[in-house]
Amino acid sequence: MAAQPVLEVRRVTKHFGAVKALTEVDFLLERGEIHALCGENGAGKSTLMNIIAGVLQPNDGEVLVDGAPVKITSPATAQAFGIGLVHQEIALCPDATVAENMFMAATNRRRSPLMNYGALEREAQVVMNRLAPIDVRRKVAVLTISSQQLVEIAKALTLDCRVLILDEPTAALTEAEAQALFGIIRDLKAAGISIIYISHRMAEIFSLCDRVTVFRDGRHVVTEKIADVTPDDIVRRMVGREISQLYPPKQSPETRSDETILSVRELSDGDRIDTVSFDLRRGEILGLGGLIGSGRTEIAEAICGLRAKSKGEIALRGTPQHIANYRDAVDAGIVYLSEDRKGSGVFVDLSIAQNISVLDLKTLTGRLGLLNARAEADLARDFVRRLGVRMGGIDMPVSSLSGGNQQKVAIAKQLAVRPQVILMDEPTRGIDVGAKSEIHRLLRELAEAGIGIIVISSELPELLGLCDRVLVVREGAIAGELDDTEMSEEAVIRLASGVTPTDRTAIGRTENVA
Amino acid sequence: MAVDTMIVSERQAPAWKRIGAMREAGLIAIILALGIVMSFASPHFLTFGNLRAMLMSFSVEGIVVVGMTILLIVGGIDLAVGSVVCFAMVLAGSLFLTGVDPWTASLVGILASSLIGMIMGFFVTVVGLNHFITSLAGMVIVRGLCLVFTKGTPLSLFTLPASFKAVGQGTFHGVPYVILIFVAVVMLFDFLLRRATAFRKVFYTGSNEKAALYSGIKTKQVKFWVTVLCSTLAGVAGVIYMSRFGAATPTFGVGMELNIIAAAVIGGASLNGGSGTILGAILGIALLSVVTSSLILLDVSVYWQDMIKGCILLAAVSIDHLLHKRKAA
Repeated sequence: MAAQPVLEVRRVTKHFGAVKALTEVDFLLERGEIHALCGENGAGKSTLMNIIAGVLQPNDGEVLVDGAPVKITSPATAQAFGIGLVHQEIALCPDATVAENMFMAATNRRRSPLMNYGALEREAQVVMNRLAPIDVRRKVAVLTISSQQLVEIAKALTLDCRVLILDEPTAALTEAEAQALFGIIRDLKAAGISIIYISHRMAEIFSLCDRVTVFRDGRHVVTEKIADVTPDDIVRRMVGREISQLYPPKQSPETRSDETILSVRELSDGDRIDTVSFDLRRGEILGLGGLIGSGRTEIAEAICGLRAKSKGEIALRGTPQHIANYRDAVDAGIVYLSEDRKGSGVFVDLSIAQNISVLDLKTLTGRLGLLNARAEADLARDFVRRLGVRMGGIDMPVSSLSGGNQQKVAIAKQLAVRPQVILMDEPTRGIDVGAKSEIHRLLRELAEAGIGIIVISSELPELLGLCDRVLVVREGAIAGELDDTEMSEEAVIRLASGVTPTDRTAIGRTENVA
Repeated sequence: MAVDTMIVSERQAPAWKRIGAMREAGLIAIILALGIVMSFASPHFLTFGNLRAMLMSFSVEGIVVVGMTILLIVGGIDLAVGSVVCFAMVLAGSLFLTGVDPWTASLVGILASSLIGMIMGFFVTVVGLNHFITSLAGMVIVRGLCLVFTKGTPLSLFTLPASFKAVGQGTFHGVPYVILIFVAVVMLFDFLLRRATAFRKVFYTGSNEKAALYSGIKTKQVKFWVTVLCSTLAGVAGVIYMSRFGAATPTFGVGMELNIIAAAVIGGASLNGGSGTILGAILGIALLSVVTSSLILLDVSVYWQDMIKGCILLAAVSIDHLLHKRKAA
């Protein structure tokens, strides 16, 4: 390793409004190393990578390339410094061909005003062949997600970068594709390129990387040589936080009931979900944990008729249900609160009252198809009071509320139809701490009132603090179940990332089989 | 934190109502200000004849504005309204000339307009095209139909019976029927938009189609019927124009759609869907009408008139956009 690090980050701080995403973070990348970056969701990994790639600007601190302080003001500047980033999300032009997408960034830097398509396709095919046999003349839109991910990686390979950042590159890849990718990453390393590798999968990190850095809550925790640590060490350092006492008390053994409200049997969609079975009992809050993209949301969607299922049975209090679309689910008493609050949860420019009544229009409609305005207002006032929504009035648009109060309105909307089961996807995402614990208390009260509640959360403390039982989802299947006594952040991370607490050679093997 | 302290007097609703009312109040203020200035600038402005002419002129367009506003709320747009107005007029006129009773002919003209709306609605909801492109094609095709029907020459309908002409030209206790019809349409749809469940679904769909779909609302159906409603109201306007002018010109209504959309947008309808009021849209068309009348009275060259109207549209929409941005912040 050369003495001069190719990239260095010194005391970088970044905040979004009041939320601190990074606090005085240091990070150092040596020439020709593969450096793993680990941390829970929200630990600040992606924020730091976006700063290095010029997508975000730090509030404080500096970035050095080859020992010289630089300002990376845009992705184009980052490319000029030889820094390439493969995003976790796919950002391709669906109507352009694979070749055109691959050379989008490179074309941007070329001087010739005309495109030479013949040469472009030949070059693209050469790069692509190293990864997978994908015809570069095909349109991106017709490719599968995993092929699109490969195009995203190939795109970065066409830039002659010295630093390549890969953000969960294998999340959507099959085992064979992942192995091909590892081969390429090792070739790149041999060619002197430095790589930052972000992943949750311990097996990959241990077979591929030279060093590992762990982030937690926006801070740098430790940087170690891979040879000096075990997967257990890393998991422990990723967690290393005490669970605060902010959560409402859980179900006591006396109140625990064996009555099943919702039972799901062998649910599959032939794509993202693989034979999922579980029971939701009366009065409990059941957590669905797992990595982002593991299939948690898809399971919830399949239960509620928002996603077509290829097989599986859903029964409510022992009665089998035929749920073909979301309306059926609502009529049966199952409601779903989307993680994408603004996209598919609330109507931001309509009033609070109008939002709360949307699922309940039928009962509010009187003679001649006219809406009973007084009943609507009463309904809204009732829920606003019960949920403690802070607002100017029920006629105010939802956009006038804070995130936490918007979420309460979204919950009120679901409660207005008197559901038996509520599925909540990331119920407190983007909500401040105070409103968060109000929502947690609300959920507990609802559970005690006999409503079955399933919570999907990427925040481990929330999952552990709130839920009576946690199912961990991995690659579309239930990887394990943890009851209150077995629950710990380590246990969830182990199940979610497929690490068993035994020695690490065994881990590598199980991962390859999976 | 007790639950009681978290509720900040929920009866304090007017804050938002005041903002909502402000747009309409602002428009009324602008119209009044313009009226006062004009009454000094031109002795002809504040005469009964001119005021009545202005009201008449925007009454029929106002009916089309109502349909357009509802369509904008659902997130659509209809560029074909000008052509459809003309089509209803020309079709009813041609039928009348072949000997059909004018009332029946008018009904056929209106139903044909609804049919055009259904065809456009089909392309939007079933085929999956967007409203803009569908209605752009509709605009050109329907205009072509008008020319085909008339072979390009205006139809002279001076033989229309007096009872039919009365709709467009007559008065009831001194108030023109046209204005009465307009007021009735406005009041009906203003009421429905505020109170009817079916029209509430229009707001849900336009505000956030995905959330509406997730709430079990059949958003495609909603979009289809609103498209039909807009065309139908354009057809109604078309036959009223026929009665008023006693003629049917195949080039009538060229460019009308822009005026209509401008009025709705000045009145607060959002091109992104989800918001808009009938009252606002009517004030929008009133403003455009006062401006047009003023420009004529002030002897401003026709060549300048469109430019000035365009600038007013741009100013109105910019101000609205800036106000909204501040509100959101």
